[in-house]
Amino acid sequence: MADNAKILAGLAEIVEEVAGVAKDEVTPEKSFVDDLDIDSLSMVEIAVQAEDKFGVKIPDDELANLKTVGDAVNYVAKNS
Amino acid sequence: MSTPDVVVTGLGATTPLGGDVDALWDGLLASRSGVRLLEEEWVETYDLPVRIAAPLAVEPTEVLPRVEARRLDRVEQVAMVAARQAWRDAGFGEGEDAGVEPERLGVVIGTGVGGAGTLLAMDDQLESNGVRKVSPLTVPMLMPNGPAAWVGIDLKARAGVHAPVSACASGAEAIAWAFRMLRAGEADVVVAGGAEACIAAITMAGFAQSRTMSTRNDDPEGASRPWDVDRDGFVLGEGAGCIVLERAEFAAARGARVYAKLVGAGTSADAHHITAPDPEGTGQARAMRAALRSGDIDPQRVHHVNAHATSTPVGDVTETVAVRKAIGDHPVLTAPKSVLGHLLGAAGAVESIATILTVHHGLIPPTKNLEQLDPGVTLDVVRDEPRKMDIDVALNDSFGFGGHNVTLAFAKA
Repeated sequence: MADNAKILAGLAEIVEEVAGVAKDEVTPEKSFVDDLDIDSLSMVEIAVQAEDKFGVKIPDDELANLKTVGDAVNYVAKNS
Repeated sequence: MSTPDVVVTGLGATTPLGGDVDALWDGLLASRSGVRLLEEEWVETYDLPVRIAAPLAVEPTEVLPRVEARRLDRVEQVAMVAARQAWRDAGFGEGEDAGVEPERLGVVIGTGVGGAGTLLAMDDQLESNGVRKVSPLTVPMLMPNGPAAWVGIDLKARAGVHAPVSACASGAEAIAWAFRMLRAGEADVVVAGGAEACIAAITMAGFAQSRTMSTRNDDPEGASRPWDVDRDGFVLGEGAGCIVLERAEFAAARGARVYAKLVGAGTSADAHHITAPDPEGTGQARAMRAALRSGDIDPQRVHHVNAHATSTPVGDVTETVAVRKAIGDHPVLTAPKSVLGHLLGAAGAVESIATILTVHHGLIPPTKNLEQLDPGVTLDVVRDEPRKMDIDVALNDSFGFGGHNVTLAFAKA
């Protein structure tokens, strides 16, 4: 199982690249949509990049459940 | 209710001559050609017969924020750059301080081709890496209404956002559409223009195969030569131009600076051939007459025509025949494509800016590369140096593949 802090850092890099949110804003309690203002199109891009980076599969029905950054970190930690 | 007058209060452009309107105007007056030899690898790869074009002088990615730029096709990027310049130039603000109600603000921005770069790049992704690597933004990046839609969202324009597509007449048709919206009372302010960014191997190959492009590869700056006896086709360019149009009363009430009045817009169709103009210029002359009629303009008032003149053997002379038919022998002509190249769907908008500034300053930029005038042209053409002239009404012509003809009439404010 990967280290959660490492996953968070990697995820923050992706979010910054795709959506321009500063890395230190990407913290576990933040909602992608409500706090980070990321739209559904960017979420697809973020998911594809996360799949490549962490070697996980994120099916669409799982992606829909990843509301916060913390949800995503936990999902990656569990499935990588 | 009387028909509202329409005025031009803001200008914005990014073109082969520079990243703003000042650079465009200075470049036109100085005949500084934007045409150059392409250094892209694909020119060699495909051994293209045409190796010259007029690319943008300033990359839009240098001007736009990175994250915004990556969500936009190049054609959307240039539209956004030009529209924001025009908006600021007109003295409007942002958000609550915009200065116009969203419900009274419209956007009309045309393109000839749309997001070709995205279509090509994403097709490559699909081929090489599969569906996962195709961007979820592919469709909004390639759709030809993309430039208008993004600008509409950016400016919060809710009176209507439109995107006419009529090849090389698209930008002019957008201005004609905006004119009609304002006259019909559908909006107080409309941002109108055109955008194009499709210098790519496939478009260069396609135009070359239609034998409409100059192959003067050994002399890029001399390649676009409207009305010259040695012209051999147009030069592909890219860029965008936007203007802010307003109901005259609205502009006066907010104390806006007025560059010129838009007094007429006329459109017609040839229904003749998919690429060649009707050789008698009948359709083009009808567009010019329609523009005059829409503004109740006496042809004697038309002192100048900013011509479509693309440097193709057939089209250039046809247009002058149409000018003589519709207006007479008195208008003085110029051909901005001699320095700009042909910006396709952006041409009518960028060249409208040239026409507006010509009327505003009383100064007609010269036609470059006109060494020996085609004997079929009997009208007075400005060459070598800019010409001072107090202009009452100036026309801007734009004609597109498909037989679309648009003429806009600008008058001194």
